[in-house]
Amino acid sequence: MHCHVGPEEIDSAALLSRVGSDEDGAAILFTGVVRNHADGRPVSGMRYDSYVEMSQRELRSIAAEAAERLGTDRLAVEHRIGELQIGDISVAIAVSSPHRAESFDATRYVIEEIKKRLPVWKKEHYEDGTNAWVSGTRPPGTSTPSTTSS
Amino acid sequence: MATPQRNVSISVNTIFFALYRDLVGTSTLEVELHQGATVADLVEELRGRGAPFDSLPTEPATAVNQTYAMPDQRLGSGDEVAFIPPVAGG
Repeated sequence: MHCHVGPEEIDSAALLSRVGSDEDGAAILFTGVVRNHADGRPVSGMRYDSYVEMSQRELRSIAAEAAERLGTDRLAVEHRIGELQIGDISVAIAVSSPHRAESFDATRYVIEEIKKRLPVWKKEHYEDGTNAWVSGTRPPGTSTPSTTSS
Repeated sequence: MATPQRNVSISVNTIFFALYRDLVGTSTLEVELHQGATVADLVEELRGRGAPFDSLPTEPATAVNQTYAMPDQRLGSGDEVAFIPPVAGG
């Protein structure tokens, strides 16, 4: 399964062509796109930072989990890093399966796991020239039950 | 001349990302700790240095050799310990 984290522009059509087979009746392409607003503030761009080596490994794990749980290994995922403009694709997931349920489930699983645990961070650039790191979530496996701060 | 002591300390490579890198002003730092030190010990050692390291949270998420780690995880010499701000990918 193709999994990649890097600064290159994502070619979503090419990603979709990596999946699919004669047995598959469904294929889904999900793209996450940089939008021009966040919590009501106008955004002019986004910078994605990442612990790249670990992200590559974690993304492969996520893909393998999706394949095992959901019964299709026709799956490809890419996450872009660096400076992105409004309208740029930051993440793309392509899945295919015999029936549509597995494709919907696998797509959902992968994007939700990316958001939960991929070591990627994004900094929003605002129209007024300021910027701020988006507050995120603490990955699982990093705290004991008594941990209260992040 | 005193005989050099061996095996009383370990050296770990810490790396900082995103918000934490901005706070501490560096992306990498080598830190010496006592044998048997844990992730929590590393955090305490750094925060104890005062500014800018005391701007790190008391219990940040970390990854040791690219696997998410608990605060009580033991460290070995040469380990890579990444300080992981709350993630926001996708």
